[in-house]
Amino acid sequence: MSIDLDRWEIVIGLEVHTELSTRTKLFSGATNEFGGEPNTHIDALTLGLPGSLPVLNEQAVELAIRVGLALNCTVQRSVFARKNYFYPDQSKNYQISQFDLPINVEGYLELPDGTVAGIERAHLEEDTGKSTHIGGGGRIHDAQHSLVDYNRCGVPLLEIVGKPDLRSAEQARAFVAELRSILVAVGASDGKMEEGSLRVDCNVSVRLRGSDELGTRCEIKNINSLRSLGRAIEYEAARQVDLIDAGERVEQQTRHWNEDEGRTLKLRSKEGSDDYRYFPDPDLVAVDPSQEWIERVRAALPILPAARRHRLAERSGAPLEQTALIVERGLDDLCLATIEAGGDATRTITHAEHNLSDERARQLSPTAFAELVGMELDGQLSATQAKTVLAEMVVDGGRPADIAASHGFEAMDTSELEGIVDGLISSNPGEWQRFCDGDGKVTGFFVGKVMKATSGQADGKVVTALLNLRKSS
Amino acid sequence: MSALGALGLAAAVRSGERSAVDVLDEHLARIAEREPEIHAFNELTADHARSAAEAVDRSVAEGRDPGALAGVPVAVKDNLCTRGIPTTCSSRILEGWRPPYDATVVSRLADAGAVMVGKTNLDEFAMGSSTENSAFGPTRNPHDITRVPGGSSGGSAAAVAAGFSPISLGSDTGGSIRQPASLCGVVGVKPTYGTVSRLGLVAFGSSLDQVGPFATTVADAAAVCEVIGGHDPGDSTSIPGAFPSVSDHLDDGVRGLRVGLVTEMMGEGIAPDVAARVRAAVDALAAAGATVEEVSVPAVSFGLSAYYLVAPAEASSNLSRYDGVRYGLRVDAPTTGEMMELTRTAGFGDEVKRRIMLGTYALSAGYYDAFYNTALKVRTLIRTEFETAYERFDVLLSPTSPTTAFEFGAKTEDPLSMYLNDVCTIATNLAGHPAMSVPYGTGDDGLPVGVQIMAPTLGEVPMFRTAAVLEAGLRDGSGS
Repeated sequence: MSIDLDRWEIVIGLEVHTELSTRTKLFSGATNEFGGEPNTHIDALTLGLPGSLPVLNEQAVELAIRVGLALNCTVQRSVFARKNYFYPDQSKNYQISQFDLPINVEGYLELPDGTVAGIERAHLEEDTGKSTHIGGGGRIHDAQHSLVDYNRCGVPLLEIVGKPDLRSAEQARAFVAELRSILVAVGASDGKMEEGSLRVDCNVSVRLRGSDELGTRCEIKNINSLRSLGRAIEYEAARQVDLIDAGERVEQQTRHWNEDEGRTLKLRSKEGSDDYRYFPDPDLVAVDPSQEWIERVRAALPILPAARRHRLAERSGAPLEQTALIVERGLDDLCLATIEAGGDATRTITHAEHNLSDERARQLSPTAFAELVGMELDGQLSATQAKTVLAEMVVDGGRPADIAASHGFEAMDTSELEGIVDGLISSNPGEWQRFCDGDGKVTGFFVGKVMKATSGQADGKVVTALLNLRKSS
Repeated sequence: MSALGALGLAAAVRSGERSAVDVLDEHLARIAEREPEIHAFNELTADHARSAAEAVDRSVAEGRDPGALAGVPVAVKDNLCTRGIPTTCSSRILEGWRPPYDATVVSRLADAGAVMVGKTNLDEFAMGSSTENSAFGPTRNPHDITRVPGGSSGGSAAAVAAGFSPISLGSDTGGSIRQPASLCGVVGVKPTYGTVSRLGLVAFGSSLDQVGPFATTVADAAAVCEVIGGHDPGDSTSIPGAFPSVSDHLDDGVRGLRVGLVTEMMGEGIAPDVAARVRAAVDALAAAGATVEEVSVPAVSFGLSAYYLVAPAEASSNLSRYDGVRYGLRVDAPTTGEMMELTRTAGFGDEVKRRIMLGTYALSAGYYDAFYNTALKVRTLIRTEFETAYERFDVLLSPTSPTTAFEFGAKTEDPLSMYLNDVCTIATNLAGHPAMSVPYGTGDDGLPVGVQIMAPTLGEVPMFRTAAVLEAGLRDGSGS
């Protein structure tokens, strides 16, 4: 990236659309299901047939409230409005959305690094169908003909609008990852970006560091993965800085992320923005959830990722950043139970972070895990041996002592190790000299040789200690 | 007209005295005779009607309850969806479209044993006061075929006035049931907003639209309201509970009822012969024991302006779905945008286009506050003023239409003069209140005059009681 970050600050605000996992659509009884033969999950309202009327799906409202509370929002009386624009995949040529009175307002979420990012609103709206343009360039403008699939039309969406509180691509990715885990945790969405269950639009602007005014922003669409999100932000920020450095002005635009070319391209200018002629939908009444309903939803919320991170950090003494990955893998409950069963906290956390990426790790028995940690700490198993035993426990279960025995793992005594180390020193005088001269990189060479000679049974730390002992003597 | 009325026919069919098929044939014969000059219908559904009538007769024969309106022919405005039967809204843009479902009101009528004989003509998408805006040609007033029947439910009003069916359904957004009822000399009711389901009614102004009946008698109109009304979970604006039970109170009289005559609806613009009939109605009610006073509802004078912002605004959005993509007319073009544009240009008539443009403008950024939002404030003001009036009165009285039926072409050149037809009816739509028109004699030209009775939300009982007294007075000669 070509930006001088000492001079420039990137300001990012995200808008995330998530499809809610309801049984039926937002305003009709047609099924809400991904895929399927085109135009099979439809009914009169989905097609916008004359005389059809919307009836609000209570499950969608409950999920919206769940997300709102999980994002620390205020849940308020809300009104559905019509957003009017002509497009063939939107059967009524207006979208029912929430405009000046959204269901959730003023919340925040906490990123694993402790950053608190504001949430402006999270409102309910309908999804559109999908158009396929045949012939020409595959765009609506030059197609020979177009086909429309209304299966997705009317699927409930929650649009979560973040405040411009993010300052790097890394933070933006963390924001989406955090949001996704919250949505999954509360059962609102499956969080699948690749199926379009989670869609991210990204507003990027740049400003001179120290300034408190926001620069002109561009909105980037068509971001399909966390990786593209990061790349798109970095490209776009650099583009804007280049413009300003060249004495030009950033124009407010909607831009399209082109994954193959790795750049954003202008879709349309936003200056003199579209007029959607919003007005309250006269077919619907205001949604005014009772305090009692809201409290019932709040009471039923599961423990959320941020709370899980804090809880694990508190009980294990590990830093928050370290607990983040463990929570993401869903291993925090296991770690807590293992520590509870007497397992050393530091060793438990280290294993969970480095050696338990396998999904099956969640089924580990905490007592067995605690035993393993204990054996390692007592010196009955080297770190490498412990890792091997643990891997087998993840796949096949079983007690660590039995697995260690079946591998013939017994801690080597130091005298045996000393012999091997001495042998290596005399057969590799050049490397030994460099080690003695303080070249730390050679440590790995010796440790590797020892490991090879002992089929991995030696403890790396003991080997290093022996080498240092020989050097100083 | 059938001397028996809908309830009389239903009683005869239910008792087995007459067969539903026989009743149907009698009405089809009348249709065959006069429909060519009246043009009340866009579509006759004789085959459909015959099988429905036969089913009613089978029910009677087998001792099953054939329903409250057993064997009663009914005409249905062509903006109400009917399963498998064309529903056009008298627009080219929907020509040939057959809905896959019945409107709630249509299925409730069928469940009550009523027999649908056809779909009636209207001003395109219910926008107009004369049926002259129909894409399929106007309907003529059965009392004088050189005159309009009123609108937009002109076909439904004419069908009942011509005896094609004793009852019919219309929709009322700004007077579209009451004004044609008045011009055709029949009873027409716009119930409280939310008491009759809008599911399956093709939307014009969703916050104003309400389905209601035409009938030859107040009792028939009451019976139809009770059949079609009541909560429908498929309409989010539907009020919980059953329709107020008006039929039980038709003989209650008006003794002690407080009746207000709305000053603003009796002055300038109201033809003297029409005003005279309303004063006669006031006298008749006073004679029957009601207390009568004049009452001023000043905000009424803003009603027309507010209505012509709110209704077109909603219509501009409601009618955007007619784009040639999924159903109805499609004019092919090289691009999707052009296809939509050409389809809408060819499919909509002038009045519909005028209102779409008006509504689009009223909702546009920069104009929203000055137009749409101001109209909503006026709407609230009107509702509040009426509610204040209803603290002192049980019902309010006014003319339904400023004049009797006018000649074809008299108002088509000047949209504003046409809009003024609704000056007395519009306020109740804005307020969401019920109102009805009852025939009360004739004007100087010998054509029918209707009196409008308005009531507060769910005030249908005093409204129908008042209507019944006026009807009875007229029948026994004391009101003329």
